[in-house]
Amino acid sequence: MSIEIEQEHPSVELSRIAISETHGENSPYFAGWKAYDEDPYHELTNPSGVIQMGLAENQVSFDLLEKYLEENSETSTWGKGGSSFRENALFQDYHGLKSFRKAMASFMEKIRGERAKFDPDRIVLTAGATAANELLTFILANPGDALLVPTPYYPGFDRDLRWRTGVNIVPIHCDSSNNFQITVEALESAYKNAESMNTKVKAILITNPSNPLGITIQTSVLESILDFATRKNIHLISDEIYSGSVFSCDEFTSIATVLESRRYKDAERVHIVYSLSKDLGLPGFRVGTIYSYNDKVVTTARRMSSFTLISSQTQQLLASMLSDEKFTDNYIKINRERLRKRYEMIIEGLKNARIECLKGNAGLFCWMNLSPMMENQTKEGELKIWNSILHEVKLNISPGCSCHCSEPGWFRVCFANMTQQTLEIALKRICDFMNNKDTKDIQS
Amino acid sequence: MTQTQEKPTNPIPQPQKNQKKNQSQSQSSSSSRSGMKLIVPLQGVVQGRGGLLLGSLIPCALFYFLQFYLKRRRSNHNPSSPSSSPTLLPRSSSRSNLSSRGSISRVRVSKLASILSKPDDSLYYLGLDRVSQDPFHSLLNPNGIIQLGLSDNKLCLDLIEKWLVKNLEGSVMGNGDINLSINGIAPYQPFHGLNELKIALADFMHQVMGGSVEFDPSNMVLTSGATPAIEILSFCLADHGNAFLVPTPYYPGFDRDVRWRPGIDLIPVHCRSTDNFNLNITALEQAFSQARKRGVKVRGIIISNPSNPVGNIMTPDMLFSLLDFAEDKNIHIIADEVFAGSTYGSEEFVSIAEVLDSEYVDKSRVHIIYGLSKDLSIAGFRVGVIYSYNKTVLDAAKKMSRFSSISAPTQRLVTSMLSDTRFIQEYIETNRNRIRQVRDEFVDSLTKLGIKCAKSSAGMFCWADMSGLIKPYSEKGELELWEKFMTVAKINITPGSACHCIEPGWFRICFTTISFEEIPLVIERIRKVVESCKSSN
Repeated sequence: MSIEIEQEHPSVELSRIAISETHGENSPYFAGWKAYDEDPYHELTNPSGVIQMGLAENQVSFDLLEKYLEENSETSTWGKGGSSFRENALFQDYHGLKSFRKAMASFMEKIRGERAKFDPDRIVLTAGATAANELLTFILANPGDALLVPTPYYPGFDRDLRWRTGVNIVPIHCDSSNNFQITVEALESAYKNAESMNTKVKAILITNPSNPLGITIQTSVLESILDFATRKNIHLISDEIYSGSVFSCDEFTSIATVLESRRYKDAERVHIVYSLSKDLGLPGFRVGTIYSYNDKVVTTARRMSSFTLISSQTQQLLASMLSDEKFTDNYIKINRERLRKRYEMIIEGLKNARIECLKGNAGLFCWMNLSPMMENQTKEGELKIWNSILHEVKLNISPGCSCHCSEPGWFRVCFANMTQQTLEIALKRICDFMNNKDTKDIQS
Repeated sequence: MTQTQEKPTNPIPQPQKNQKKNQSQSQSSSSSRSGMKLIVPLQGVVQGRGGLLLGSLIPCALFYFLQFYLKRRRSNHNPSSPSSSPTLLPRSSSRSNLSSRGSISRVRVSKLASILSKPDDSLYYLGLDRVSQDPFHSLLNPNGIIQLGLSDNKLCLDLIEKWLVKNLEGSVMGNGDINLSINGIAPYQPFHGLNELKIALADFMHQVMGGSVEFDPSNMVLTSGATPAIEILSFCLADHGNAFLVPTPYYPGFDRDVRWRPGIDLIPVHCRSTDNFNLNITALEQAFSQARKRGVKVRGIIISNPSNPVGNIMTPDMLFSLLDFAEDKNIHIIADEVFAGSTYGSEEFVSIAEVLDSEYVDKSRVHIIYGLSKDLSIAGFRVGVIYSYNKTVLDAAKKMSRFSSISAPTQRLVTSMLSDTRFIQEYIETNRNRIRQVRDEFVDSLTKLGIKCAKSSAGMFCWADMSGLIKPYSEKGELELWEKFMTVAKINITPGSACHCIEPGWFRICFTTISFEEIPLVIERIRKVVESCKSSN
């Protein structure tokens, strides 16, 4: 509520949404970023600064992009034949450039090793996956309804799914006893939980590969989630934003593949979110998509995408790049290899510091377990360690509580948003910290 | 619009759908001209199925009587959950392309989605659809429908093209002068826009609005077009169920931007041709107190200045009165100034920002919308601005801009374009001249046909009075004339009803989507309709 100042005219009021805290930017996830902003690491000018390991950005394959753009400057600016510049400058059709949608569809197929087919006319373009997730929430749920989301989950969901939509998130609790896999029991329990709060569940939202866990969801689990959604007659959103960042192509099963194997029965409840921010490392470009098997959702999403259109210039540029098969085949392969190497490097480094991680196979981060180090197996204990790591070790990592993890002691550590040298330095800092800690423990 | 008109003998869509539609219509216009809409099944007529009688009159009459019947029942019905029966899918052009792997859903979507998925019944959008099915092209499709219903500016694209060719030299990543290296633009940028672009836009706005008011880049939030800018402001300034006052006639897009997701109602404040459709404070007062009596909380006024669709400019006096009104009621003002640079008359455009400087008024209630789609012709690039003096609004809008950010390479490109002062000066002047040239010629030609336009000094359209050609003098007559223009003259113009104009017979005709040389062709087509109307009257 606006503060009532003692004067003739009270100041003009704003909406509840504007002054609410649901944007979630007061969580530790964002507090760490603040510390980084105030003292950012730089290998020359600030070698003792905070190293940012809380941002899931992919910088390992920039050189490939740069090379492509250098060699293909003409086509990337003006596109291949067809539409002239004039059409480009005025083009704000919410269907999006057909050539770009085609290119996206084929890129998504390649990432899945051609184990799924995508129809360009089912692709709705949005300015980033953030907008795609929010848009789907507006379309599938009414204010007051709920989405079931497995924990731990990407902290941004609290804002993207709830803030302007008025929709709630009901967590599906997962824990380390089975490597954080989603079980039918957990699904049922979450659903009942929502019912007990008189809240209608409209959809399940899964992230596959998972953020922050860094693992792909097994096919059998996907099948059981889809069956559950069918039983309850609700939607299933599969955020596959990290699908191109799976270290080994064979290990990823998209929900699209599951649907294909079922001959698309009940497909109209399934919607896939994708983006180029992670796999292609282009978050600044703001390119996201919704792929829906539901005609009504496609039509509605398209109309709503007027609020989040991608610049025609960007569509043009990426259309030519993504339809260049030689480039995309090569990029996908090399990107995977480099991410895998980074992952192996960080796991090795953490092992030397006697820190265990969840066995991951995808993504730009690893899921680290520091509970052996905690005095109290509580959220406070977790935040205590997080604080020392932030201020003593000068690493910004994301505490599990900001991801709504029900088990304290886990942390997400990103490894792809820095050079190899920086990662080495970060690992050394952790090692030193752990060794010092041991020494202190022995002494005390 | 009823898309179910394939069998003329069974034209009635599901009653529940209609009720919801009528409900929202009655909420939206407290003083709508006719409580019932007479929907002419245009598709049937156009496609010649069943002829005029079967295809239009009989289903029309049946439909009209059904509405009458439903209207009497309407007050008792309480729409709750959406119809559980599968709703028919809109038969838009994209539908035929969807692979057979999609299916009619048994699983429900939200109430909002149910409403949005229905075929749009606004003639503004329907007109755009019709053009896309049969677009005019001087060589490839000379008998196609000429687009005069979209205020795109095509007059100066050659200048933009020239600049791009000269400055990019084949690479969107730039060369030397423009640092567009992938490391710069690929990673996450501040969602609310790059600082350099804000600075460049502040300067551009200063130039384009007459050079008499300075804009502070730190009061800006950038968005992917003016459309999300309006929506974000709506989310920030009012709660679901509240209302904004809006002078009519107004830009049809407001109905989407303000109502859809923010859920804010638009209460029309009718302006009259006797005032040249200028805003009347008395009418504002009346609308405000009527709303209050109904228990509706008015949180703000939304205006477009220069006005879309009329093209008139608010004088400083009018702006002062508006500010006084807002101050008195303690509400917000959203001023959409996207056409500020498209002035051609002798009147100078005065931004509300300029008036604020000189008046002791609570600036925190004033918010300006701007964008480059109209004044710089780059609608495809999606560049919009929220300009506000209210820190809390800016904070909230910045966080919301994550859903509607401008693509980074585009931000860089536009920044360097705007920073080329010589080019921008040349562009602004040339643009004004060309708009003036086309507008004067067009309006003159219309006058010769006996069609007068409202006095205007800006914008890319004229607001034409065709009331003398419609029969009856009603929304029905206007609709029939619109259809005539579409099917006989094959031009798409926007009827006043789509803009919620209280007086029937007015049409918005955009002239910046055609070249100067194409004017005679358009006028000739209009002349045919004018003559046919006169002879039938």
